[in-house]
Amino acid sequence: MIRILLMFLAMAWLTLMVLAPVAIVLAEAFSAGVGAWWTAVSDDETRTSVALSLKVAAIVVPCNAVFGVAAAWALARFRFPGRGVLLALLDLPLSVSPVVSGLVFVLLFGAQGWFGSWLQAHDIQVIFAVPGIVLATAFVTLPMVARELLPLLESQGQDAELAARTLGASGWQTFWRVSFPRMRGALAYGVLLCTARALGEFGAVSVVSGHIRGQTDTLPLHVEILHNEYRFQAAFAAASLLLLVGVATLLLRRLHTTESPH
Amino acid sequence: MSFWRTKRAPAAMPGLGLSLGITLTWLSLIALIPLIALVIRAGSLGWQGWLDAVTGERVWLSLRLSFGASLIAAGLDTLAGLLIAWVLCRYKLPFAAFWDVLVDLPFALPTAVAGFALTALWVPDGWLGRMLAPLGWKIAFAEPGVVVALTFIGLPFVVRTVQPVLQSAERELEEAAESLGASPSQVVWRVVLPTLRPALLTGFALAFARAVGEYGSVIFICGNIPMKTEITPLLIVSRLEQYDYAGATALATIMLAFSAAILALLQVLQTGRRVALR
Repeated sequence: MIRILLMFLAMAWLTLMVLAPVAIVLAEAFSAGVGAWWTAVSDDETRTSVALSLKVAAIVVPCNAVFGVAAAWALARFRFPGRGVLLALLDLPLSVSPVVSGLVFVLLFGAQGWFGSWLQAHDIQVIFAVPGIVLATAFVTLPMVARELLPLLESQGQDAELAARTLGASGWQTFWRVSFPRMRGALAYGVLLCTARALGEFGAVSVVSGHIRGQTDTLPLHVEILHNEYRFQAAFAAASLLLLVGVATLLLRRLHTTESPH
Repeated sequence: MSFWRTKRAPAAMPGLGLSLGITLTWLSLIALIPLIALVIRAGSLGWQGWLDAVTGERVWLSLRLSFGASLIAAGLDTLAGLLIAWVLCRYKLPFAAFWDVLVDLPFALPTAVAGFALTALWVPDGWLGRMLAPLGWKIAFAEPGVVVALTFIGLPFVVRTVQPVLQSAERELEEAAESLGASPSQVVWRVVLPTLRPALLTGFALAFARAVGEYGSVIFICGNIPMKTEITPLLIVSRLEQYDYAGATALATIMLAFSAAILALLQVLQTGRRVALR
């Protein structure tokens, strides 16, 4: 009896609090039919915002992937003074408010910022332009690959690498032939999470972007613009694209965890 | 390349210099220098200037709302998260895999989409708001809306910290307690909950930390009424929009200090640190 009550309560909570928001996005996005959804999605402004989001992700994700591999390698394979501080610092970008993440770059590169007058003199725009969006996104997604790799490398230990070294492999040979193949799965998953977050980041980007239509509005910002203009169907249609990215991430995650139980 | 093949006996594990170099360079450029700049900038306000920027009724009300709503939301998440983790681990739920994936959705959904969808649900003529409107309960564009949004984003933190502990918990202990004549409620209070306490605390702290800094999912549903439904991150943004950099910076240092404090607390709690803060 209690069992059924608890199961009912859990399913009810998940349905009302989690499933319903997803359902309403889809319901509203397709409320006027697939044709209207397609019109909204293929609209010029939506397309440029999608292109900008993809461009930002294409710059940020490779950088943070290289960083993630390097950080996980250094932190899992070596013990050095300051390692604990480094581990804690790695978590900071994920726990600090996204608004603060955006603000720090405004303080550095904004008109009143440290480098503001220098940038102005050289006619370089960082804030309210694409470089600012890239920086803010890089900040927010900084540790995402590292966090996936770190526990894996730690649990794998270094026996395989040491064996390769003893057999005369060079450092790079050890990395590419022994270490890399064993971290490929976790790396791919970290890159996936990082990409999804880079595409969907809102708070930090909204602080630095300036919301210039057609120039600095990423897809999440475009959703906000449409919403503020009361173009709800179009906003929901654009949101459905982001929802798609999120759901795809979840399904791939499912695949990943059932494949490799790390 | 030849760097690694020096004549000296090779270091046991290669690549410390290179990997640490990349790590420190990128971390400094993207996170460390900007955060230090924030602190220095706040320092340049002077003690009095900083104090002036973080006092005043509007700031106080926003902090009270941010921390208060986050506490309530994290509390709700802890209760619901415990329930959901329990049901997922111990009972055969129909379509269990589906519900399990659903738990992670708030992690995967961009915050703007979440906020926007929740608003549409809870406005007085929305799917859920409609049911509460006759009772005179206003969710969207009022304080409860903030709690709803923060509860939504915090849930997976609790479930995902409690679930592994529950899975690895020794069922024998519960069975032993039962066979010794403990009633079901005694088993729950004396055996199950004490083992889960660290995980529940960690989940609560994670959900709370995330909620205090949250921006995207709240700004749509709260209606942004100054002094009433204005959370602190929103106040930072509105100060920035008025070019009040000093005011925004001062508030940001409070948020930063809070994040650092929570991280330190989590370090102490340790459990579930690896699932943490995704």
